[in-house]
Amino acid sequence: MSEPRTPSSGDRSGADTGLLVDEQAVPGAGAGPAESDAVAHAAAPGHGTDGAVDLRQASLWSDAWRQLRRNRLFLLASALLAVLAVMAAFPQLFTSQGPIENCSLGQSKVGPSGDAWFGYDIFGCDYYTNVIYGARVSMIIGLVVMGGAMVIGVALGAIAGYFGGWFDVLVARVTDIVYGLPLILGAILILNSFTNRGLPEVALALIALSWMTFLRLFRSSVVAIKDSDYVAAARSMGARDSRIILKHILPNAIAPVLVYATIFVGGIIAAEATLSFLGIGLQLPAISWGLQINSGQRLLRTAPHIILFPSLFLSVTVLSFILLGDALRDALDPKLR
Amino acid sequence: MARYIARRLLLAIPVLIGASFLIFSMVFALPGDPIRALGGDRPISEAVQAQLRAEYNLDDPLLVQYGKYVGGLAQGDLGTDFAGRPVSDILGRTVPVTVKLALVALAFEAVIGLLAGVLAGIRQKSFFDSLVLVTTTLIVSIPVFVLGFLAQYVLGLRLGIFPIAGVANGFSGYLLPGFVLAALSLAYVARLTRTSLVENLRNDYVRTAKAKGLTPASVVGKHTLRNSLIPVVTFLGADLGALLSGAVVTEGIFNIPGLGRAVFQAIQSQEGNVVVGIVTLFVFVYILFNLLVDVMYAALDPRIRYE
Repeated sequence: MSEPRTPSSGDRSGADTGLLVDEQAVPGAGAGPAESDAVAHAAAPGHGTDGAVDLRQASLWSDAWRQLRRNRLFLLASALLAVLAVMAAFPQLFTSQGPIENCSLGQSKVGPSGDAWFGYDIFGCDYYTNVIYGARVSMIIGLVVMGGAMVIGVALGAIAGYFGGWFDVLVARVTDIVYGLPLILGAILILNSFTNRGLPEVALALIALSWMTFLRLFRSSVVAIKDSDYVAAARSMGARDSRIILKHILPNAIAPVLVYATIFVGGIIAAEATLSFLGIGLQLPAISWGLQINSGQRLLRTAPHIILFPSLFLSVTVLSFILLGDALRDALDPKLR
Repeated sequence: MARYIARRLLLAIPVLIGASFLIFSMVFALPGDPIRALGGDRPISEAVQAQLRAEYNLDDPLLVQYGKYVGGLAQGDLGTDFAGRPVSDILGRTVPVTVKLALVALAFEAVIGLLAGVLAGIRQKSFFDSLVLVTTTLIVSIPVFVLGFLAQYVLGLRLGIFPIAGVANGFSGYLLPGFVLAALSLAYVARLTRTSLVENLRNDYVRTAKAKGLTPASVVGKHTLRNSLIPVVTFLGADLGALLSGAVVTEGIFNIPGLGRAVFQAIQSQEGNVVVGIVTLFVFVYILFNLLVDVMYAALDPRIRYE
């Protein structure tokens, strides 16, 4: 295969808001052979093994954490995401009523006021409450799809990259095929065949069409790492393939995947909203920012607040994940230091 | 070079077949009966349904259906929709519209994106640099359809600068949707150009160029920019898929009679032949563009040669 595989070729996320572009194909290699022991201890810096207390090996992760704590954008994004997470888990903390309580058609489409900060929706329900409750769906979809796509991508990428052979070729071709199908379009195709669409259907459709970049990222990291000395050392000591992959390659190859995963969540949240907006994702009475924006679609002239507020929440959520991912990348990519 | 292109085209064939089969099975194997749905509230008689099913090969096993489809395709026949209109007619009507939209979007990306990226790159850490960084981050965070409504509301309804929907007025109708479609990629082009330019400006050959007294414009324009464009061009090739996905949304919001809207409507009414035709066309264009990108590397960077 003498095809030119340039960095970032095809690393484009399938997600509509498209994400990560400038991630190099093999940043994991840059992570260097941080001994897996150092990585294992990174969670508790300073807690060294006997006799190594003073050496304080600067592992990739402890360095990254030190840099992140000083990054104001990282702190801002984390704070926003913490608020959104609480909003998704306990919306009752933000509003005293339920999402479809105290609705009255007489108040339909009334704009924002002191009583109702965000005004009322077309059914005359308090819009603030509804928008708050919309956070849950977005967070669940974002995290579930990220988890699913990452597990598929990393597992297949590890096997394809480590063992190579026919499986590698097969996976590469399948990846090419699925890449050709635009995410939103493919999801519309799949979801259209379900008459009842809920969270599981939407999540599965998005997972099925978005695992490829995880695979390519992880595979290229594995290929770059598997010939390094510390892998050879582990093998010569008789470590099995599964142990080499899990204990030695995974910790050193996972950094670029985590950076991508963070930004990916933002893209998936936007994708779900897009699908629901198009009327092909979640269905009423589900509460989703995409559905809310959809309901305001024809009311741009008369009741712009119906589009405004969910759009604002949606964009801030996506922004938080992107900022978090950017900060992570700056901290984890030693080349930028 | 010619051999390289030929080999790449050969490699594209299995991908194209795989993708079209994937799309085909998604359209035809999924539940739902398009024929029954045709009649809406008034049921169609069994005899007519059977006749239509036979005509559109809907009773055959999936592989046979696909075989017949590819057989037709080989003779240039894309099939018809359920009303009997040839799919090629639908393509003929919608492709020019979407191509125009995509070209407008590409022009925005290339002009504004590159310009912003280059200016930010040569004035690192300046106010303009920060402005580009903040603006692009915001644009990337706003989903396309939200951006569409924002543009419609502010520029169309409030300021009345652009028509808000349709392309009846000719070219001006393409500007706003084109910009919305381009916005996301524009932000990436600007960022990539900046990053890549900043990286390349550190090279020895740039110092040499400066040392022998070349003007700054020549140092950047002739010596650095060409190399710096490689990741940008890569991005634009891979981005085409997102552009076509975006067209589905943008054309819907701005009511533009292009491919995106046609495929969305066809999916909803389960017009299998139309869907397969358009989506396969998307995949084909995507593959072709990526080949074009790889060929362009050689033009941009003389160090890259294809055997």
